[in-house]
Order: sequence, then C-alpha cells, then structure tokens
Amino acid sequence: MNLYNLTIHQAHQLLKSKEVSSVELTKAVLKRIAEAEEKVRALVTVTEESALLQAEQADQRIRAGDFTPLTGVPAVIKDNMCTKGIRTTCSSRMLENFVPPYDATVVEWLKDAGMVMVGKGNMDEFAMGSSNEHSAFAITSNPWDLGRVPGGSSGGPAVGVAVGEAIYALGSDTGGSIRQPAGFCNIVGFKPTYGRVSRYGLVAFASSLDQIGPMTKDVTDSALVMNFIAGYDPRDSTSLNYPVPDYTKSLIPDLKGLRLGIPKEYFVEGMQQGVEEVMRTAIAKLEELGATVDWEVSLPHTKYALAAYYLIAPSEAMANLARYDGVKYGFSYEGESMWDAMERTRELGFGPEVKRRIMLGTYALSAGYYDAYYLKAQKVRTLIKRDFDEAFKEFDVLVAPTSPTVAFKIGEKVDDPLQMYLSDIFTLSLNLAGICGISIPCGFAEARVSASLPVGLQIMGDAFAEEAILRVAYAYEQATEWHKRRPVL
Amino acid sequence: MKLSREEVKHIALLARLGLSEEEMERFRGQLSNILENFEVLKQVDTSDVPPTAYPISLENVVREDEAAPSFTQSEILANAPHQEEGCFRVRAVLEQ
Repeated sequence: MNLYNLTIHQAHQLLKSKEVSSVELTKAVLKRIAEAEEKVRALVTVTEESALLQAEQADQRIRAGDFTPLTGVPAVIKDNMCTKGIRTTCSSRMLENFVPPYDATVVEWLKDAGMVMVGKGNMDEFAMGSSNEHSAFAITSNPWDLGRVPGGSSGGPAVGVAVGEAIYALGSDTGGSIRQPAGFCNIVGFKPTYGRVSRYGLVAFASSLDQIGPMTKDVTDSALVMNFIAGYDPRDSTSLNYPVPDYTKSLIPDLKGLRLGIPKEYFVEGMQQGVEEVMRTAIAKLEELGATVDWEVSLPHTKYALAAYYLIAPSEAMANLARYDGVKYGFSYEGESMWDAMERTRELGFGPEVKRRIMLGTYALSAGYYDAYYLKAQKVRTLIKRDFDEAFKEFDVLVAPTSPTVAFKIGEKVDDPLQMYLSDIFTLSLNLAGICGISIPCGFAEARVSASLPVGLQIMGDAFAEEAILRVAYAYEQATEWHKRRPVL
Repeated sequence: MKLSREEVKHIALLARLGLSEEEMERFRGQLSNILENFEVLKQVDTSDVPPTAYPISLENVVREDEAAPSFTQSEILANAPHQEEGCFRVRAVLEQ
C-alpha cells in the first residue's frame, strides 16, 4: 500500500511503532503531490520546506514519547484559513500576495498537536461557489472524472484527500462547502455545529453561517480531528463554551434504538435516479444495523431555504468584503482619485461570482428592499430552524442525500448562477439552522457518458449532536466498503 | 421583476464596485432572474415570526480590558500596498 493512501489512524500506528517516520510519510505525500497536481490542481501553495521541518520535529516528539494521534501526519488546509508566514489567498487575486502575521486558531491547535502542513487547498474564490470553477488561479478537477467538477467551495481539500496529496484536510462550510465536495469525491466531510469550532483566522464570508470542519478518508479520522479543533476560543465571540467530548467514544458499530427520520422534502423531482437508488439502498442498510426508520418526516419550509440562504449569505458577504479597499492589505490599484482607486481595486481584484454576490447582498440590504428581502429571509430562517427543532424531538438523526446529483461537468453550470446555487439545496438548511451534518461515501451512480461517480449520504444532527451523527456514520462505514475506493489518476 | 440599468449602477455605487459595461448588463439579467425566483418567499406567512440573525442564542460577550502582546507596526504594515513613514498611505480624501 502507498503511504499516501493511509488514514490518520493507520499512519499513527506506523509512526508510533516507528515502522515509518514522519519524514518518510511526508516525502511520500509530497511526491504524490508532484505527480498528481498537474492533473487535479487541488493546491494553491505547496509548503514543502516547512513541511519537512515540521516532520523532523514530529519525529523528535515521537522519539521523546510526547505525541498525539495527529503528530507527524500531513494535512492540507483550505486557503481561507490564516497561516503565519504562508500566503493565504482565498483563491482570489485580491489576496494573491497576502501573508498573514498570525495563525487561525484551528491551525495553531493542529500545530500544537504536531500537524505537518503540506499545502493550502484550492477553493472557489472567498468560498463562494459549488464547483471550484470560481478559483482565480485554477479549476480543480474531480479525480473520478477529470472533466467534472470536484464540488466546492472546499474542492481542493476534498480532492487532495481523495488522491493522497494529504492524509486529511480542513475545509469550511457556509452552505455545504465541506459536505458537497466530500460527496462528489468519495471522502468524509464533517460540518460541526455553529460555534463548536473557532472561526478566528478564517477569512470571513458569511459570519452567521461559516464553520470549519474535517475532511477525511474515514469517520474515525473525522472524530480524531474534531478532538483537536473543537472547543472554546475567546478570540471568536461566537465560539461556545461547552464541554468537548472524546469524539472517538461515539464510534459504535451498531444502531440499536436509534431513531432515524427521512425528510420527504429531500426526495424530490430533480434528483438523479441513480442517486435516489443508492440512497434507498443505504437507508435499508441503516435499518439492518438496528435503527428504526421513518420515511414520513416533514421539514415543511425546506423549499424556501435556497432563497433565504442566497439572500442572507450575500448580505453578510457584502459587509465582510467591504474591508477590501486596497489600503491595508491585498491588491491595490492606483486610481485617479480615492473613489476611483477603491472601485477599480475591487473591479480588478474580485472575480465574477464574488461581484455577483456583493451586488445581490447590497441590493437585499438597500433602502426600500431591506424588509422585503433581508428581513424576510431572516424570518424564514427562524421557520427553517423550528422545522428542525420539531424533527429532533422525535428523531436522533435525519438522513438524506448530500446533493441531488453526482459531480457535474466543468462548464455545465458556471454561466447559470441559479442552477449552480441549486446544487447546495440539500446542505444549506443546516447552516441556516446552525446544526451539524456529515457526508459519507455510500455508493456510486451511473452518470451519462462518464463511468460511475460517488454519492454522498448526509446525516444531520441537532446542535451539539455530533456524537449521534458520528455513530451513525461509523456504523454504516463499518458495514460497507465504499469509503475504501480510491480514484485512479 | 426586472432591474433597470440605473438600479444596477446604483447598487454598484453603494458597494463601491467598479463594473464594465458588459458586466453591468450580464448582472442585470442574472440578478433579475435570481430575484424573480426568490419571490417565492412572499408565499410564507411570517407575520408573527421573529427574525434569526444567529442560529445560536448568545448573550453579549465581554472580557476584561487587559493589556496583552499585540502585533508590531512592521508586522501590520508588511502587507500594506502603499506605506509612508510607518503609516498606511491613502489617496487624498478631500479635494484641494
């Protein structure tokens, strides 16, 4: 077996028993990056030099017996999380040369645990997109079919993990940006409850929706990473001071007594037939493992979530992106006057999707439209949250597809923003409600022309019910082989 | 609902976002289409529903005002596109 295909827990065993050193493992991953990157373009920056230094330090820690399950294990960090001394671009011209003077909290905590960071993951610019086609630098390809998108906006981290350019990655999820690319690339993507993981040092897109989470090769690895990134951080005022359990304790391979609900609004017209078939088989498997399944759960406001989300997220984005004025950092255009400089800086520094969302958000917040759009969307958000509150009175978890389709073709939706937005239809309600969700591999569906492509199973839990969704995900994973399939480049 | 050229221009001005003629026209069509689809929200009765700004209920978060290490001037200026005498250099705000 190639070292780069290892999971965290497999790598940890080899490192602990000193069969493999972190330097050897890191070199294997860097070599894999060198051979795969030309095809997939998953990384914005490769940090070879500092990675080898961190690997040497990790080996010293292991020799000294001072290590964690993450010590010496190579990771990719999405390029919207600040890394001290290493440029953090958000895949935007605006931040192409931005070198943060500090680490995001999650990066700091992973470094303390002994992370080896091999690179920064490509993404849709400022995390706005569902296909990675909105990166200002390169379109990332799906390793299962290079002519298709990997999903987004954490497409680079997802592909990096899928092809072995990293043992694990961190992504961020504002409306599905961890779960949807995880589903498209056959890996595990975990979006924690809002407030569970610090956002300090995560470049802000939509502050009431953004959340950082693990992207891994299996469920055990997601639990391991959560053990190190979850927790209270006084530097993020929305971080919650709430006890952090040992997430690996929830990895129990049976579902006896667990109540599963299937929201009927998630099985609708427009879902690919192959996806629906895979989903029904997966749910039957969950039943076989001891869960009770109810197919008649209703989340009645689901059909309004897309509109509410795409008014709230752009409104928050337009405010957050007002800071890019060409003065303090980032791209700057020397215009003829102050206003001209600012307008031209933003015209040349931002790509089309970012501009579109700034325009949409500005409109929704502007005089005369605020009540009809932004305020209305916030009220609908309350109703969406209440739907989930009701459902979780009766069910431990809800189960649905991660996306209505398998990975689509590069270029297929890029000129039709509304069609692109629709690919988040099963994921964005969770961000509006602030609850947690995970996408795990659950089968392959035939796509026209292409060979079969991966399908993601989404398990949703109430706020702080991370352990319940990890348990269901783990039990399913132990009973199936889908997560072991790797793309051939 | 169809946005006019003037409306698109006005929004771009509010956002201080320069747009080419071509972008202006493209966004006019796309934003009109998106907003038209979002009219669906009008079907929802929200007369007694409070808005949600954050998914979790939080009290105001305060902390003690204690001195702590901060960034140095040179660290903060390291990313500045234009600087002069240890300050960010900006264009004149007032006309002469």
